[in-house]
Amino acid sequence: MAELDTSGGGKKGGKKVRSKKQSTRVDLTAMVDLAFLLITFFILTTTLQKPKAMDLTMPDKQKDEKVQLDVAESRTMTILVGKGNKVEWYIGQPAKPIAGPTVDGFGKNGLRKTLLEKSAEVKRTQGKDMIVIVKPSSKSTYENVVSVMDELNIVGNQIRAIQDITQDEIGLLQRDGLY
Amino acid sequence: MPRVKVPRKSTAIDMTAMCDVAFLLLTFFILSAKPKTQDPITAIVPAAASEKMLPENDFAAIIVGQGKVFYNIEGADLRMETLKSMGEIYGIAFTPAEINAFGNTESFGVPIKQLKGLLAIPAGDRGNVRQDGIPVDTTDNNELYHWVKETRKADVALRNTVLTVAIKGDSKEEYPKIADIIKTLQKQDQNKFSLITSLRKVQK
Repeated sequence: MAELDTSGGGKKGGKKVRSKKQSTRVDLTAMVDLAFLLITFFILTTTLQKPKAMDLTMPDKQKDEKVQLDVAESRTMTILVGKGNKVEWYIGQPAKPIAGPTVDGFGKNGLRKTLLEKSAEVKRTQGKDMIVIVKPSSKSTYENVVSVMDELNIVGNQIRAIQDITQDEIGLLQRDGLY
Repeated sequence: MPRVKVPRKSTAIDMTAMCDVAFLLLTFFILSAKPKTQDPITAIVPAAASEKMLPENDFAAIIVGQGKVFYNIEGADLRMETLKSMGEIYGIAFTPAEINAFGNTESFGVPIKQLKGLLAIPAGDRGNVRQDGIPVDTTDNNELYHWVKETRKADVALRNTVLTVAIKGDSKEEYPKIADIIKTLQKQDQNKFSLITSLRKVQK
């Protein structure tokens, strides 16, 4: 596409050699090629999607026992995270639970459905929001814990905490083959 | 009637406008580019529906994968300041060259005693070096505790902002390792932190 001079270079003869007026057009094809190559390189090397983050607030370690608040066990749901992408939940005390303990999976038909049903029930009977305590066992993966917190975010649960699992609850998981 | 002559046109297209656009885009991408940071370990982060963005600067990430803990401070000045105070705590004198090299190190995962050795290796070859992770124990040998604490101090001293601490954990990582890190952070009253996740659409 570069313009070639095909005119043959002026007339022959004894006349004065006139310098031919050169075209000022520059061939930009190669330059455009290069520019697009670099654009492609930069598009591919940049992180277009920035990582997202989920905020996690842990309860402040209270040194003072008096500050701790007693809550009704009937509106406290405990979610135990076991192995194999399964959770087990109950409401109340592990020894004599009010509801559960039930093994549940993740996803919209598993834990989310349970959370929505139970929080609506607690709200209806007691007029207060449900409190959720998440207790990951040592056999659970980080992904499962994040999934549980994510489900809580999705259903709009406001009061939740992560706590250490107790021996009784490990026994509960063992009984159901989740530990 | 004379036949209409179609003048033969040149096939050369004017590339000027196209060139302009190409370079404009190129400039945009160069200026907005932030090269992908290569972590020493690959951590496949779990998915969540949270759409909160991580801050651009003033944050430190704790990367957990394969049972090892790596630490990444955003910003070269913050890194250098942190290393200086870490050197004072552990009684290791870092040379200005080493502090500079640390300023250019994205993330690392060695005990502080081996940090000098790691910084002596040129940045390009560090990927081949085995890094065993930063010691995180509940005992006195908790180096991560000091790293985070000194970063927070340095951030306040340099920019007077609050440092965001993020945990970037691998999905398959067992929870106790994460619990150790959370305990480490809680020990210095850092009760709020971010978990780095990838975006997932909520199934309705």
